[in-house]
Amino acid sequence: MLQLVLFNVTNGLIIGAFYVLMALGLSLILNLSNVINFAHGNFLALGGYFAYVLTPYIGFWGALLVSPILTAVFGFIIERLMIRRVYMRDPVYSLLLTFGFAFIIQDVCRYIWGPNGLPMSIPDSLATPLSADLFFITWYRIFMVAIVIGAVTGLFLFLRHTRVGIRIRAGTLDLDTVSVLGVNVGMLRSFNFAVGSLLAGLAGVLAAGQIGLNPNMGDDLLMPSFIAIIVGGVGSLTGTLFGGLLIGVAGALTTVFWPAASEAVIYVIMLVVLILRPRGLMGEEGMMT
Amino acid sequence: MSTTTVTVTTAATAQPRPWLTTAIIWALLLTVPLWLPMLGGYTALAGRVLVLGLAAMSFNLLLGFTGVMSFGHAAYFGLGAYGAGLTLKYLTASTPLAIVAGVLLGGLAGTLFGPLIVRRRGVYFAMVTVAFGQIAFYVAYSWDSLTGGYDGLRGFSRAPLDLGFITVDITNNATTFYYFLLIVFGIATGLQALLLASPFGRTLVAIRENERRARFLGIPIERHIWMSFSISCAFTALAGALYALLNNFADPMGLHYSLSGEIVIMTVMGGMRAFWGPLVGAALFVVLQDYISSMTVNWMSFVGLIFVLVVLFFPRGLLGMLQKGTGK
Repeated sequence: MLQLVLFNVTNGLIIGAFYVLMALGLSLILNLSNVINFAHGNFLALGGYFAYVLTPYIGFWGALLVSPILTAVFGFIIERLMIRRVYMRDPVYSLLLTFGFAFIIQDVCRYIWGPNGLPMSIPDSLATPLSADLFFITWYRIFMVAIVIGAVTGLFLFLRHTRVGIRIRAGTLDLDTVSVLGVNVGMLRSFNFAVGSLLAGLAGVLAAGQIGLNPNMGDDLLMPSFIAIIVGGVGSLTGTLFGGLLIGVAGALTTVFWPAASEAVIYVIMLVVLILRPRGLMGEEGMMT
Repeated sequence: MSTTTVTVTTAATAQPRPWLTTAIIWALLLTVPLWLPMLGGYTALAGRVLVLGLAAMSFNLLLGFTGVMSFGHAAYFGLGAYGAGLTLKYLTASTPLAIVAGVLLGGLAGTLFGPLIVRRRGVYFAMVTVAFGQIAFYVAYSWDSLTGGYDGLRGFSRAPLDLGFITVDITNNATTFYYFLLIVFGIATGLQALLLASPFGRTLVAIRENERRARFLGIPIERHIWMSFSISCAFTALAGALYALLNNFADPMGLHYSLSGEIVIMTVMGGMRAFWGPLVGAALFVVLQDYISSMTVNWMSFVGLIFVLVVLFFPRGLLGMLQKGTGK
């Protein structure tokens, strides 16, 4: 029993880590540009496929580095070419736009790489379990969690200590003032969108190594990421971080006792939070409207 | 509210000749069985247009006339479908009762959920509604024994209408069923028109145009949005119930958020500021989708392309462009 619980908690932390990577990217874009990127799950899939294509040439480690950057460049281009055209319009248009991208990217992935799952090879050193007792924890899982911790720490340091990061945080609070102070807000938003896409791409590479590739691999992560943001509190990246881990672990623990409800429990958590604390666990008053 | 879509706020809600648009639309709808086969269509396609058009018009009570954006209306559509289907399958072989059950199920779900979201606006309203909508999807998907799970709910069919003095067989004849749909559609949209013309409807438009000013006038904003949301959900559930009757089938994909997105694009395509806009958009979308999916397996790319093109080049929608003023 203990082993079962431990197994699921580990699983939950890993699933939660993916929710966190997705939700932080979504949250960054949402906070600064007021856009929900419905194609974020498809950016994740793209990151995975980039890695799949690159691994034979530059190896897993090279792909791990390059694929997220390619995804970021892709996000940057999409933002420059299309999304920024609708910033001044009713928010319904940006939703519809990213919704359309989601359809197109998924279909193009299916067209190029086929509808069926593809395996992605990872280095042998990562594929072995920790020990005979902990046979369910491979080094790859430890490695994934370490990378996610590193990426999240990097993101928070970046936002706190670099000039661009500080501008992004300031823009989240009051974009007009930031613009008046002489910051190129258009470029700031594009860069911010690229950072969000980078996180999705990174999640894609990591997920590909764990579960393989398919064109809809990001779809199941999109709704939980929304919920992570709602539960954690809109406007708070720390909240998103805890929201993602919370629903990841809660979902996995529910699997131990009532497997059928593992998906439902995260929605229950969302409802409870919405009823008891509408602004989310760490949301600030006034940020939710 | 946006500056691009509503340039002149007072003129934007009024069409130049509303009666003409209404007359043309009804003339076309009433004569569908005459002209559709000549164009190579089939009557069931017209039924789809009516049902999805009703869903989009019901959704537009919120987006176009209250100014709040729900992105989870598939949930209420699907609840209406499952409510009708389950009633026919397990309770009674009565088409009217099935419709009532569907409307009640979807309407109640919307009414209960409403208070949790009425304080939110813009994309956050959309995000919470889409996440909530997925609950219905997972329930239908997981509760195999009741709903048929992934395969959908089968094993029911619409029953003949017993009007007391005469029994109308809507089970086999596609044309008769189309006119049955059209009657329900007419009643529902008539009610919507009355609602929008009432003081309540004008208040909703006031909230859309300037929420702060409406609040200063003493209008209870949250309560109005709640009521608008509940009414919109109930009408959407009606459309869902009709959809179940049309197909004799209720599908978990009818609850999925991709359908919510399609309802929104239909509305925007036709023109969200025009009463009949969503119906026109539904007709365009359904016909295009039907045509594209018969031509290529990569129909998803084309549907996605429709989304992108509409947003970038036709944001006012078809009827919006025909309205007074230059199209943008």
